[in-house]
Amino acid sequence: MSHTAETLQLLAPDGRLVENERAERYRPVVDGLDEGLLQSFHRTMAVIRAFDIEAGNLQRQGQLALWIPSLGQEAAQVGSGYAARPQDHIFPAYREHAVGHIRGLDVVQIIAMLRGLSHGGWVPEEVGNFHLYTLVIGSQTLHATGYAMGVQFDGLVGTGDADRDTAVMVYFGDGATSQGDVNEAFVFAQSYRTPQVFFLQNNHWAISVPVSVQSRTPLFHRPAGFGIPSVQIDGNDVLASYAVTLESLDAARAGEGPRFIEALTYRMGAHTTSDDPTKYRADDEVESWRRRDPIARFETYLRGRGASEQFFGEVAAEAADFAADARRRTLALEPPAAESMFAHVYSEQHPVMDAQREWLRSYEAAFGGDA
Amino acid sequence: MTDTLDASAAVSTTTGATAHATGGDAAGASPASLITGGGVRTMPMAKALNAGLAAALAADEKVVLMGEDIGPLGGVFRVTENLQRDFGARRVIDTPLAESGIVGTAIGLAMRGYRPVCEIQFDGFIFPGFDQITTQLAKLTARHEGSLRMPVVIRVPYGGHIGAVEHHQESPEAYFAHTPGLRLVSPATPHDAYWMIQEAIASDDPVLFFEPKSRYWPKGPVDLDSSGIALHASRIVRRGTDVTVVGHGAMVSMLLDAATLAEEEGTSIEVVDLRSLSPIDYEPLLESVRRTGRLVVAQEAPGGVSVGSEIAATVSERAFFSLEAPVIRVSGFDTPFPPAKLEGAYLPDVDRILDGVDRALSY
Repeated sequence: MSHTAETLQLLAPDGRLVENERAERYRPVVDGLDEGLLQSFHRTMAVIRAFDIEAGNLQRQGQLALWIPSLGQEAAQVGSGYAARPQDHIFPAYREHAVGHIRGLDVVQIIAMLRGLSHGGWVPEEVGNFHLYTLVIGSQTLHATGYAMGVQFDGLVGTGDADRDTAVMVYFGDGATSQGDVNEAFVFAQSYRTPQVFFLQNNHWAISVPVSVQSRTPLFHRPAGFGIPSVQIDGNDVLASYAVTLESLDAARAGEGPRFIEALTYRMGAHTTSDDPTKYRADDEVESWRRRDPIARFETYLRGRGASEQFFGEVAAEAADFAADARRRTLALEPPAAESMFAHVYSEQHPVMDAQREWLRSYEAAFGGDA
Repeated sequence: MTDTLDASAAVSTTTGATAHATGGDAAGASPASLITGGGVRTMPMAKALNAGLAAALAADEKVVLMGEDIGPLGGVFRVTENLQRDFGARRVIDTPLAESGIVGTAIGLAMRGYRPVCEIQFDGFIFPGFDQITTQLAKLTARHEGSLRMPVVIRVPYGGHIGAVEHHQESPEAYFAHTPGLRLVSPATPHDAYWMIQEAIASDDPVLFFEPKSRYWPKGPVDLDSSGIALHASRIVRRGTDVTVVGHGAMVSMLLDAATLAEEEGTSIEVVDLRSLSPIDYEPLLESVRRTGRLVVAQEAPGGVSVGSEIAATVSERAFFSLEAPVIRVSGFDTPFPPAKLEGAYLPDVDRILDGVDRALSY
């Protein structure tokens, strides 16, 4: 269940551009990338990796209840994240820290959630239409499909106006492909021809269960049964992730219906900090993927294009600063007031919320002090 | 096949119907399913719901109906009859046969600013959608700290008395009344059905709308000028002095029949129509119990850990010194809904209600 001749790769692990017929098709996109965007790919991958490691440290130091590492999956996320337009909507699973960062989410809001201070709470429209994380596996795929139906009802598909036509992209993992909701999302998406891209990050492990238990066929073969065009890419190749997502989102916005991308990548760390991957997977497998590290690969490519030592030094410093700033702000996060739990259960007035808020208030007041 | 399913095609066919519905065309004609004018009309609950849905569709173009077989067929109970004809396939959407898919995509539509009204075909088929309802729909407003509203209505034909096969006669309302973030109402009359469906659609919170399917066909008056009562209010529907009985949905007419019979035997029963199961409006009920001193709670659902249990507990807490007897529960048994030929033994009927009344009076 790994790379085959069917896997689209534009940038080889040795940092050189792939030259074959399939890669040639995307060559104009790659050649059209300006140096600034290429540098942004690298900067974002490096910054998010530093942040991710620091967040893991914060968990180990007792500052977070849990951390969900994205180590190793940076290229899949950064390439696809940069391919989306501002008006597009992104429905993440819960590991897409890099995509959130690209769209304008303050990643400390992710930390607040895993520090036990919120269930998300950001306003998607204020952070580049990056919707909340969803922890029930695969549920968000149906929300994305429904949202895309709404976009279509609003007449924002296939008008030819590049600034208005809107697509929806939903992220999910290899484990999620076994969920009914994900398959129902495929059905609904195709029934209503939604402007939607399904972006599967196959990181090979659903906690301790290998992808071979989820599927005996390559996952990108499944959408054919739903009539959804699909492609498998090397998910550790940021150029492939960018170019294929760009093409797929364009097709969705143009009214060509849903598309499916399977990005082959690898969860280098644990599922979460509560997990112990040494119990179920072999060191040599991890080592083989370490040699396909997405950031090292892209750094080699940039160096080959003449990027300076100074650039990489600046990026390293920026990444360290970003992580340190996240740490500082994490430690300053205060818990919300207890009665905030009643505040937004309903949008409209609700007598039970009013009564229980009042009860808690007087209960705490009975202890005196400043509670 | 693609053409008939293509919603973009549906959009174009719908444009005319939308203008039609909002009275935008020169003729000013309104859809045939929309009842115009006021006054009191007599109609069955199924027709009242149909008219209420038509009114909601006409009032707000963000309202969309979605469900299985709700288009040309008009739903298996014909509650949505002619609505697709009148409002178009973009606003009255036949969905694939997948309840989680219906609720999950409705959530996405609500995120986009739509007000979806989902039809679950039968009570027992809500469970494939249970996950989306309880883990997503119920929690999304809180998860967004109030920035996201979830105006989604889920219509559920429920309850027995129709002689149907397994999964078609159940009363699963307690699961949803137990879930924070949801509202749950159930009309007992055509009048309430007409108004409550419109009020549920206008609510910015998710509303489970339980329709007592055995009451779809009996006719009753509908005052087209005013609902006369708030969506979540309970109502005393018959005055009495000896015992209070409370129920919702199809049980209300049975309670009224029981009260009529009891009166002949000299017992005066007060009947409360609960109307809303989440939240429950306790004040009229407590006021009643303070006068009668006795309460019987009746429901079709199994009695254990049920809405009736919750009412019994709350009334015991809040009206303890007014009670002359323990609160009596009359309910379905704690078994799966039996084969239809046994439903008469399973479901509470007038005799079982009166037996409960006798027990309450025996203290």
